[in-house]
Amino acid sequence: MTDLDSLEAAALGEIQTAQDADALDAVRVRYLGKKGVLTERLKTLGTLPSDERPAAGQQINRIKSSLKQAIAEKKSGFEQSDLQHRLGREALDVTLPGRRQDLGSLHPVTHTRIRIREYFERFGFSVEEGPEVEDEFHNFEALNIPAHHPARAMHDTFYFGDGMLLRTHASSVQIRYMQHNSPPLRIIAPGRVYRCDSDPTHSPMFHQVEGLLVDEHTSFAHLKSMLVKFLQTFFEDEALQVRFRPSYFPFTEPSAEIDVAIPGSEPGNLRWLEILGCGMVHPAVFEQVGIDPKRYRGYAFGMGVERLAMLRYQIDDLRLFFENDLRFLKQFT
Amino acid sequence: MQVSERWLREWVDPSIDTQHLAEVLTMAGLEVDSISPAAPAFSNVVTAKITALDSHTEDGKCHVCQVDDGSGQPLTVVCAANNVRAGMMTALARVGARLPGGTDIEAKTLYGVESTGMLCSFAELGLAEASEGIIELPEACDPGTDLHEYLKLDDTIIDIDLTPNRADCLSVQGLAREVSALLESPIEEVTSPTIEASTDTVFPVSIEAPEACARYVGRAITGVAGDTASPLWMQEKLRRSGLRSVNAVTDITNYVMLELGQPMHAFDLDKLDSGIVVRFARAAESLHLLNGQEVTLSVDELVIADAESPLALAGIMGGERSCVGDQTNAVFLEAAWFHPRALAGIARRHGLHTDSSHRFERGVDPDLAHLAMQRATQLILEIAGGEAGPVVCEEDIARLPQTAEIELECSRAKDLLGIELSADEIEKLLVRLRCQVQRSGERLHVVPPGFRTDLAIEADLIEEIARLKGYEAIPLTYEESISLDTRGQVAHTRPFESMKQALVGSGYNEIISFSFVSQEMETLFNPEHRAKALENPISQELSVMRSSLWPGLVQAAMHNFNRQQERIRFFEHGLQFCQTPEGLLQRPVLAGLICGNCEPEQWGAAPREVDFYDLKGDVERLLEVARLPQDEFRVSPLEDPALHPGQAAKILHGDVMLARFGALHPRIQAVLEINQTVYLFELQLDEISQRLPEPVFRSLSKYPLIRRDITLIVDEAVSAAEIRSNIEQMQIPILQHVGIFSVYTGKGIKKGKKSISLGLILQEFSRTLTDKEVEQTITSIVSQLEHQVGAGMRS
Repeated sequence: MTDLDSLEAAALGEIQTAQDADALDAVRVRYLGKKGVLTERLKTLGTLPSDERPAAGQQINRIKSSLKQAIAEKKSGFEQSDLQHRLGREALDVTLPGRRQDLGSLHPVTHTRIRIREYFERFGFSVEEGPEVEDEFHNFEALNIPAHHPARAMHDTFYFGDGMLLRTHASSVQIRYMQHNSPPLRIIAPGRVYRCDSDPTHSPMFHQVEGLLVDEHTSFAHLKSMLVKFLQTFFEDEALQVRFRPSYFPFTEPSAEIDVAIPGSEPGNLRWLEILGCGMVHPAVFEQVGIDPKRYRGYAFGMGVERLAMLRYQIDDLRLFFENDLRFLKQFT
Repeated sequence: MQVSERWLREWVDPSIDTQHLAEVLTMAGLEVDSISPAAPAFSNVVTAKITALDSHTEDGKCHVCQVDDGSGQPLTVVCAANNVRAGMMTALARVGARLPGGTDIEAKTLYGVESTGMLCSFAELGLAEASEGIIELPEACDPGTDLHEYLKLDDTIIDIDLTPNRADCLSVQGLAREVSALLESPIEEVTSPTIEASTDTVFPVSIEAPEACARYVGRAITGVAGDTASPLWMQEKLRRSGLRSVNAVTDITNYVMLELGQPMHAFDLDKLDSGIVVRFARAAESLHLLNGQEVTLSVDELVIADAESPLALAGIMGGERSCVGDQTNAVFLEAAWFHPRALAGIARRHGLHTDSSHRFERGVDPDLAHLAMQRATQLILEIAGGEAGPVVCEEDIARLPQTAEIELECSRAKDLLGIELSADEIEKLLVRLRCQVQRSGERLHVVPPGFRTDLAIEADLIEEIARLKGYEAIPLTYEESISLDTRGQVAHTRPFESMKQALVGSGYNEIISFSFVSQEMETLFNPEHRAKALENPISQELSVMRSSLWPGLVQAAMHNFNRQQERIRFFEHGLQFCQTPEGLLQRPVLAGLICGNCEPEQWGAAPREVDFYDLKGDVERLLEVARLPQDEFRVSPLEDPALHPGQAAKILHGDVMLARFGALHPRIQAVLEINQTVYLFELQLDEISQRLPEPVFRSLSKYPLIRRDITLIVDEAVSAAEIRSNIEQMQIPILQHVGIFSVYTGKGIKKGKKSISLGLILQEFSRTLTDKEVEQTITSIVSQLEHQVGAGMRS
């Protein structure tokens, strides 16, 4: 049967040397096709003596499967290399920038307002808003600042000449809210406020977040802990040094201001920076809005958003907030 | 309030250093703004006597002085000052001295004379802003004494930012009482002897406005030497308190005000006619003030007048006619109590703010007037000589502030503060503040001292208790439970946050611009509107309330155009202020601006400038974020003075305008010299938040959807909305969506016509559509459009 052996060897040789998938297929047709050499041999098995037939048949079938396997392997090799070629052809310069729209940005004041809001929302405060063109009652009188109170002079108010003014603080919102809602109350009121003052450290318009809580059992200690925790959370610093010291607001009694320690001009030095004002709601304010000061207690606080933003983002010039320079805005994506 | 630490320590001298003292004050609510040395650094300056004036220098301008500096070695010093005279005691900067600002004194030859040192003025030593001539010291002093030591310059000036309620601390006495109470240090009070009258000179006083002036204490002093200068120690105390020395009498009235807290005034008695009248000004009366200002008075302004005319704006400033000067021989002193309400706002009205008005507006202790009068008399007699007449006092005691008794429930103090306090402790703290306390169990009856006019109710006392105890003693106690309001968030703040985030995702930068703009900008964008104008704007640029956010957006864009930024996408969230027949409407809006290229410059996309439809797409997206039912909108052309008439639209829901948008009007673009097209939008947030449904889930169909595209030829004037609404009117249930994927004019299309390609999506929820149904539907749509808008099918 050297004849079949040499046939196999020749076929395997042709498979190995086939240059491409077409040549390989031609080899397959030549040996295994309907009229292929091996197919023909099988057809002529009958011409062999009957005792040789089984062995010859077996051998031909073995050779067939051996060739099939060799072809499959060769074919897979071609596919592999085709894929390799294709992958090579399709390779990109992945360092080229992606096709895109720019990402925009929120104003740092908005980022800061969101940080503040998220803290107080955890404690059940809801967000309230109010008008910016206000009347004297809501901005001053109801807050225990009657006409000619020296505190009015500190407010540098913008007036319209018709009894209206631009609110000088967001505290006017607490009056509007208390007039229309009954305790227990807990709100924050973020928004724009206005002072007739303009220099490198004062803007005629800036933002405040005002807060108010009224219930039957709150205390000065609760106020202190709520705000100290707020500052630690806002600055993500459990060890933040905070100073709670007496101050004066006509609409709170007792009143306090809170300072935080920030790095001073010399390394290693700390200096105190006033960050918010607060106090227990003055009984006169409760009387103005019809809440019984004997039954209810409350606390209020107010903070400047720009100042918090300046500390958080290390912004050194207040004027940048309202210049709307893209180079500034794009830093707060 | 600026105070010399040495002066304060003459009253109360706790054994703590300056820093610590400042901290104690700050932590008690008397915030220390700054601590600064009483004098700038200088060295080797001593007291010295000019023993002789030898001659003039060659040019005749300078004196050559022989000076005794106590060293026993006479010095020759050249000096140009006019007030140099032999026998005078002054200050000498010796050779080797260093003056403020770093000037070193060396021996040098001036005009041919060897000068060994320099005679100094107060200004040269940084002790005055300007001075005439060299320092003149009392003749009694010894030459060679270090000037620091002689003038007690090792002192600090403590500047305290007092809150308006603490009027009692606007004096050394008041601060001393506070320090004494805080630190429990003994206080050395000024005891002024009662100066009995030595003449009968009386100048009568009458109060015609007792509601404004409830006490007026006056006294005539005759034989005063008006040209006397006040002693150096007094001048220095005044200087360290921020006041300039004028003459002895004026300095003394200021001194007493700083020391005790009672503002005083001295009139030149010889210039007064008949008697003092305290009254309100008459209409159109005028007064020439001490500072040279001529004011026209109003009938609500209190004046001190004589028979002739007003002499002074009561409690604020004296007038020129009666002022004390070098020629003065007799004075009339005033120490009065004016009602804070009577003076409030008056000084400000005339652009004035004086030490006197500052105190009276905040409230002066009415008991001070007599004490201050005695103290001032004592000092005037001592320093400027004279004979005092009897004290005249006119008053209406019923109109003076009364100290009321305040009831304090100890448990309320504990509860409000959240700290443990015993009644004993509370009583002790209040007594430290000089309150009179009567106790009945847990209830205290408290009478605050007369100078604490700010203590009126229980809460005021509770604050005092906390202050003395120290705010650092307030514990950090957290609430035990929170009663949450189930109404939860105010819904309308929510979609705005998502809308802002959506804009950020589309490349918009948020800006914040001022709510006031110039009248010009406002008129440019909204010519028919009468904007609400500020009475006292900071500048014309910021003088009227904006009726739209567009001027601010455009100005912000221009700011950036000038900084080589051409591609801009801005938005702002804020109120617009519109005057309407119903009054001023303050409505929240979300507004934006785009211009320049659609995308940032990049290699992979051809640059394309934004146009109207980019803008409209962004607006539609925002309404989608707010979950507005888009099929209920109507978009229609808009006439708006700020927008291009052919590229402006509004989105309506019923009759309500939700949004307006379009290209900035070329007229405005030209006025502002903007050379690219700018697109603007504005959304009415109140309107949007009112129609904000929660999404309701609809089941998904399991059956395939079928798409058919048709291309129509229509007149160019036919709008997309017309085509859409015609299809919608057919109310075909299986028609899920109509998209427009191409609009074309040009080659192959007749002039005046356009082709429009629609993608129709059909689907039946519960079964697969048959080809026949689909064909019928498409045919009916085409036929409807043929009839209604004259559409032809593209062949």
